[in-house]
Amino acid sequence: MTASPSEPYDLVVVGAGSAGLAGAVTAAELGLSVALLDSTTQSGGQFYRHPAPALGAVRPEALHHDWSAFSDLRRRLAASTVTHLTGHHVWSVVRESGESGAAAGETGETWAVHAITGADGTEEQPVRITARALLLATGAYERQLPFPGWTLPGVVGAGGAQAMLKSGLVLPGRRIVVAGSGPLLLAVASSLAAAGARVPAVVEAAGYLRYARSPRALVTNPAKAAEALVHGAALLRHRVRVLPGSAVTEVHGTDRVEAVTVSRLDGDWTPVPGTGRRIACDALAVGHGLVPQIELATAVGCATRALPDGTLGLALDDLQETSVAGLWAAGETGGVGGAELARTEGELAGRAIAARLRGRRADPDPGRGVGPGRVGELRRRRDRMRAFADVMSAAHAPGPGWPAWLEDETDVCRCEEVTAGRVREAVTELGARDARTVKLLTRAGMGWCQGRMCGTAVACLAARGGTPEPPAERRPFAVPVPLATLAALDERATEQNL
Amino acid sequence: MARTPADLVGAQPDPPFEITFDGRSVTALPGQTVAAALWGAGILAWRTTREGGRPRGAFCGIGQCYDCLATVNGEPNRRACLVPARPGDAITTQEGHGHDRLAV
Repeated sequence: MTASPSEPYDLVVVGAGSAGLAGAVTAAELGLSVALLDSTTQSGGQFYRHPAPALGAVRPEALHHDWSAFSDLRRRLAASTVTHLTGHHVWSVVRESGESGAAAGETGETWAVHAITGADGTEEQPVRITARALLLATGAYERQLPFPGWTLPGVVGAGGAQAMLKSGLVLPGRRIVVAGSGPLLLAVASSLAAAGARVPAVVEAAGYLRYARSPRALVTNPAKAAEALVHGAALLRHRVRVLPGSAVTEVHGTDRVEAVTVSRLDGDWTPVPGTGRRIACDALAVGHGLVPQIELATAVGCATRALPDGTLGLALDDLQETSVAGLWAAGETGGVGGAELARTEGELAGRAIAARLRGRRADPDPGRGVGPGRVGELRRRRDRMRAFADVMSAAHAPGPGWPAWLEDETDVCRCEEVTAGRVREAVTELGARDARTVKLLTRAGMGWCQGRMCGTAVACLAARGGTPEPPAERRPFAVPVPLATLAALDERATEQNL
Repeated sequence: MARTPADLVGAQPDPPFEITFDGRSVTALPGQTVAAALWGAGILAWRTTREGGRPRGAFCGIGQCYDCLATVNGEPNRRACLVPARPGDAITTQEGHGHDRLAV
């Protein structure tokens, strides 16, 4: 683990999606030395996930909205001095005082970024990279709510189906029901249908009427409305029915999906008895919105804010800095808002970081509310899109009645196979009031995924119908790390001390 | 309307190759992950759970849920949705805790 001669970098960016790419190329174009780390082998993040070159996709844009924005960023990355490190799974960031002294801008500190490497993080060589500033652009993962049969093969995340299609050009079945809640469902359904799947229905738990309560956010974001229309038109063309106010309440099949039962929901998302009807299918793509991936930041004490859909995002200042000086964030980490917002925030962060490290103000005249020039324009654009994101987030917040679709034997925690019955017992019989106590009593959330799949559900069940506390998202390791990697760190520390 | 994902993006892949799943031959395309190759062959499950012995496969598709753990060339606990398929790979159903290599 020898440090490269360029270290410490001025900036390490974690995540090469829209936010990270924009931040990295902006900072590099402003003269900073930048390393851009991503766990995958390509850039683009989840939104612009695309086939590996060997698959020879002539028209990758056919599976994407606004591909040109990505190809522009990719071109700027190729022309830049950014060191793009693929296959780097960052498991921890640590502030290390004083190494570079006064040269490190106002904070006078460096950060160490620890990563494991390889396609799935199993290569032997762990990596430590140092930088004067950090930009976290780690995106989001899909929120899941359990229901009877959701562990059956053929039930896949809606984002998962989309990801496997975009990168591997494969489908989980031929007749795929798309269900859950959130704008992603429409995009997923239209790509699955375009790729040849029959999509008998898009089952959306929320009503779309909640958008109408915030007309201002809608009319000031015409691009978002247009995107919805594009998906809507595609769904019409593929004869896909959209069923609002409904949910898949049961999956049928023994070893794989054969059909689903779709029930009407009341305004609280409680299934209306007697409304269930069966839809034959061989796969179900399901998801309930996205959860900001913020473990790296919360592990070093960054403040969070509760988002309208019950998830937690990072609390950021007007120029994308977290509550921890020297650590910036952009994109979904501050609340899910889509690729265009992520790009805007990434550029804003890149400019703010460059200004900080050069000892200047990013915004020469912050007293006037919105500054002149590019930074002011980016801030205005961000604020407008953030307002829309909040409307969207509120419209798809899970209703308090969803646990009514669980049966006692439904697995809530997929990893540890903990049923709803056992979670309820921990709450009603043993007095658990939060997800952490449920975990200690039942092992729900203690498995490989560290509660990413069951966290929302466990928190809701622990709150017994009240407002669930968002999961704390504090994990010392953002991804599982082999003991050998930790042992190697120790050797290194020992060598340094000699 | 395109009939397959490959039609949709106009894919002109490098020549396909063979891998095996529990001894059965499966055709993979270069650039696909193990999970994508298995989905392409209609295989959705390649792990059984520790407690109930229930079948599982790819769920989140982006390396977050660890449901897709498979044994690849004798090595357990590989995330099939991330690991690229290579010619001749032997994929086997991972049973239970995945510690079979340790014989515990």
